[in-house]
Amino acid sequence: MTDDVQTLVDAIALGSIYALMAVGIGLVFGVLRLVNFAYGQLIMAGAYALALTNDSPVLLSIALCFGVVLALSVALEFAAFRPLRGASPTTMLVATFAISYLLQSIALVRFGAIGKIVVVIPKLSEPVTIGSVHIRWITLVTILVAIGVFAALTLLLTRTTIGLQMRAASIDAETARLLGVRANAVITAAVLVSGVIAAIAAVILPMAVPERVLVSPDYALRETIIVLVGVVVGGIDRLLSATLGGFTMGFAVGMFSGYLPSTGAWPFTSSVYLDSAVFMLVILVLLLRPEGLFARGRRTAVERL
Amino acid sequence: MRRYLDLAELLGPVLVLVLVGVVGSMGFVDPALEIEFRGALVSVAMVVALYVFVGNSGVISFGHVSFVAVGAFVAGVMTVPVALKPTITPGLFSLLGEHSVGNIMSLALATVLGGVFALVVGIPLMRLSGLAAGIATFAVLGVTYNILNNWEKIGPGPLTLTTIPETTDLLQATVGAIAVVIAAFAYQRSRYGRKLRASREDSAAARSTGIDIHRERLWAFALSGALSGFAGGLLVHLAGTLQARDVYLDLTFLTLAMLVVGGVGSLWGAVVGALAVSALDTFLLKAESGEIGFVADLVGKPLWGGSRLVGVAIFMAVVLVLLPDGLTRGREFRLSTPWRRVSQTGETAS
Repeated sequence: MTDDVQTLVDAIALGSIYALMAVGIGLVFGVLRLVNFAYGQLIMAGAYALALTNDSPVLLSIALCFGVVLALSVALEFAAFRPLRGASPTTMLVATFAISYLLQSIALVRFGAIGKIVVVIPKLSEPVTIGSVHIRWITLVTILVAIGVFAALTLLLTRTTIGLQMRAASIDAETARLLGVRANAVITAAVLVSGVIAAIAAVILPMAVPERVLVSPDYALRETIIVLVGVVVGGIDRLLSATLGGFTMGFAVGMFSGYLPSTGAWPFTSSVYLDSAVFMLVILVLLLRPEGLFARGRRTAVERL
Repeated sequence: MRRYLDLAELLGPVLVLVLVGVVGSMGFVDPALEIEFRGALVSVAMVVALYVFVGNSGVISFGHVSFVAVGAFVAGVMTVPVALKPTITPGLFSLLGEHSVGNIMSLALATVLGGVFALVVGIPLMRLSGLAAGIATFAVLGVTYNILNNWEKIGPGPLTLTTIPETTDLLQATVGAIAVVIAAFAYQRSRYGRKLRASREDSAAARSTGIDIHRERLWAFALSGALSGFAGGLLVHLAGTLQARDVYLDLTFLTLAMLVVGGVGSLWGAVVGALAVSALDTFLLKAESGEIGFVADLVGKPLWGGSRLVGVAIFMAVVLVLLPDGLTRGREFRLSTPWRRVSQTGETAS
């Protein structure tokens, strides 16, 4: 029973991190129609900033992480996203592949393939006992931070002008422009908010996921792939459905890995085949609801032959 | 007359590939460079195979490397000498463990299996388009990698398969790449190819003229899978060793980037993209080791280690950002006849 609760809480925490990344990717997709595959490399850059300043005061280190990620986000917007505006979705996606690969290569050349340890706030890794359940502080903090971010984002999107414009642009960019929404301002705002979320993820990820305590050039790549899958499975056209999709993937991975045995020779009897099981489910969901699991009703936005 | 001019679209790429093969075989090239030429030709085969589906249908696929992987694994596992199999891959099914085939037979097997796999996968998946299709094909790649990387009854599992005969010489690589180009050309000129290209430009109009888009996409996907399997066979006989990781994310990214850099919309683009990226890769590799005189003179020393990775990535990113339609802008190779160019500018896939 206590094991079950522990697995459940851990899965919710993992889902929260993936949901954060999903929001970051979904925000930019909303205004730009661009799937940013390089999102994980923003997190990687932030994690390197943290790892290189392990000895500095925590706040300075975190501030540097935010600075690096935001600067890189803005640089990407100006150097890559802006010239690519209006290109076909395929080209944009492959271009962000290339950027991700470029950032990985630079990290590989600069810092080497061997991971660097990230120390942020060691205290948060200690367990706290609630009843008979042992949970690490960071697990609780992750869930609270995610809730805080979503609350702030909801306020931003519903209570501010720029938020309203962002929502308008993601529903119909053309009409929004005709009505006086400045595209560049809205896009830059979305890229910045998305960058802030990437920086938050960069601070949380090394503490929350044990194998992510080492930052290497392909840091957060696996997470990005899973989140992208989750975003499309959930329904990329709306921020809420994209976020739920990201959360579901993280939650599912957390729950599966809590229960499946780690050995077994035949396919699908052991957790080495967990990925296959997840991907099969993904294919099934996409075939049944190509517009997204959490999308609103059946829409004609996705061509169905 | 016009028919012969159109043939230039085929002859251009073929002649370029012959040239690559001939230059690679000449003595004045460093013998150590020969393998780079063979690698470039195998890349052309993989990228053109990918183009057959992505270019003609306008639907993105992140899953084609799974067909390359299936081809590579079957060609690799089936050509390891029978005597060595009990030590290298003890877990194999007896059918696989007790038999081996020759080089040509293994390529044929790779082609057939790649095609059948694509056909089976394509029947449900070809109903999707856009991002859903991209993610679904990626999921296929994920499943393929996961199983090849773990199941020891059909391959080496997480280990490396070694002692695969290295039979992809310059002649085989050249002939193989040309064969794939000819198949791709024949397909896109056939009625099936034209129907699919029509659906790429305007799916509603295509359907209204009676084109069954699902069926046309499926044929292209199966053909593309078969050619990918064949290219996988060439690849494994080039490298001599094989790990599931070799035919996963990096290769997916590289082949897609080559295709988009050249221009998704044309066969010529696929060939140019694969050759351009391969050439740059080799050039930087040699510059890093200080073998290219003028670079060493210019910089004062060999290029710093890792400039190859960064250089190739920068090249791809810059081409994609500045020329979103690729180096060829999605046009086929043609002899310079301006009045024709006006009437037949190829549009790229969306």
